[in-house]
Amino acid sequence: MPNKNIPSPAQAAYLRSLHHHRQMVRLCRYALFFCFFFLWEIAADLGWIDAFIFSSPSRMFQAFCTLLENGLLLHHLSVTIAETVVGFLLGTILGTLFAILFWWNRFLSEVSEPYLVVLGALPKTALAPIIIVWIGNNVTSIITVALLTSLVVTIMTVLEGFQQVDEEQIKLIRVFGGTKRQILTKIVLPQNIPCIMNALKVNVGLSFVGVIVGEFLVAKAGLGYLITYGSQVFKMDWVLLSVILLAILAAIFYQGVVILEKLVTKRRNY
Amino acid sequence: MLSDNPMVSMEHISLSYHSPQGETKAVEDLSFSVKEGEFVSLVGPSGCGKSTLLSLLAGLMKPSQGTLSIHGKVGYMLQRDQLLPWRTIRQNALLGPEVSGKITQQDKDTVDHMLKKYDLWEFRDHYPAELSGGMRQRVALIRTLAIHPAVLLLDEPFSALDYQTRLSVSDDIGRIIRQEKKTALLVTHDISEAISLSDRVIVLSSRPAKVKQIFDICLTVPHHSVILAREAPEFPEYFNRIWKELNQDAQ
Repeated sequence: MPNKNIPSPAQAAYLRSLHHHRQMVRLCRYALFFCFFFLWEIAADLGWIDAFIFSSPSRMFQAFCTLLENGLLLHHLSVTIAETVVGFLLGTILGTLFAILFWWNRFLSEVSEPYLVVLGALPKTALAPIIIVWIGNNVTSIITVALLTSLVVTIMTVLEGFQQVDEEQIKLIRVFGGTKRQILTKIVLPQNIPCIMNALKVNVGLSFVGVIVGEFLVAKAGLGYLITYGSQVFKMDWVLLSVILLAILAAIFYQGVVILEKLVTKRRNY
Repeated sequence: MLSDNPMVSMEHISLSYHSPQGETKAVEDLSFSVKEGEFVSLVGPSGCGKSTLLSLLAGLMKPSQGTLSIHGKVGYMLQRDQLLPWRTIRQNALLGPEVSGKITQQDKDTVDHMLKKYDLWEFRDHYPAELSGGMRQRVALIRTLAIHPAVLLLDEPFSALDYQTRLSVSDDIGRIIRQEKKTALLVTHDISEAISLSDRVIVLSSRPAKVKQIFDICLTVPHHSVILAREAPEFPEYFNRIWKELNQDAQ
């Protein structure tokens, strides 16, 4: 048995090189980030690029401070966040409910399969203008567009997870005289929590797409509104700031789902 | 100890599967019975419909023809342990009572008693992934016994284990089943396992399954150890006869 406290020289060298490698990766990541913004700033300052069109980190920072002071930024941010959260939660919950329905009724699932495939492949953003005409120029439309972008994908992934449950596990409930409902609640759903979590991860991204497209069209508030408005009045600082804020938001949301997933699946060997 | 009441009886059972490719006869005119307290093994070539017989007995399928009867509740032990990874050991063991209605204090006492008796008490709040293959198999047996079955159906429960574990687990499980005085019907393709555990071994033909031969097993070592049973002087004789019976079929 190798002693765990005192690694052999070879092991120590290996650990050192591993550590070094990780440090290098981290260092390069930061370097890339700073170089990008630094070069952008320099290029704008020295007139290599037109700061009016391409903006610059310092101009974006100024826009950030102005918008923060007059409260507009928080307003637009919170609108986008709220729409996205509602969109992806609804998409995941409704998608899972539909998946349960199709799992329960095999006939229904077979009948709707070609429609699901076509709807899944259809770019849902094409439906956005229609939705807005039908539902109106309001937040409900935006949330509906966000919901539609994630709904079909959720149904298909979760249903596939449901259908892949081991027959022997289902037999386990059946030999105890269990009902179909018990098979669902005691085997199929808990078995598929990782699958639902994966759907949630995908839906975060999709929901942002739906919300931004919706805000482009509805144009009242939100980062999507800020982007269209900014580009129309040539406030490119606002546009680029909004895009960067969106990137940060998407990263935070994704991490949030990853943490949620860890909490839910902790200790269990899924 | 053995009474003559048949606990399980199958009379002229036939079963066919239907698929677009055609009809497959899985079982044809099969009859046998198991007495109270008896341990009977079904051996046969793989794919001969052994597991189908257990599904019939558990009431998961209906025979195309024939009658079958079972006196009392049936406990079914599945291939591999099938412990649910998101439940603790105790929650897994209580699955049967939970599914059939509500967990009573008595159910909890039964399960706790068995967990203590079979050295699993300290792992009651652990998850299955933290246990060895043998321990998991014991939990699976406790889960089956928790509903107080009169007859145990064992569907190759040791097939997923490696040889070493398999020996000790079948020894464990065999002893527990005899201690709890249960009637048991084991499906296996392992001849040694069948001889060492059983009072009787029923050899089945390849598909469609029919009874080819029944061997009464009488070993001159106490039946309570599967490992000792393999050293009994009669063991090789039984092994050869059953092996021949199985292989005749293949040729």
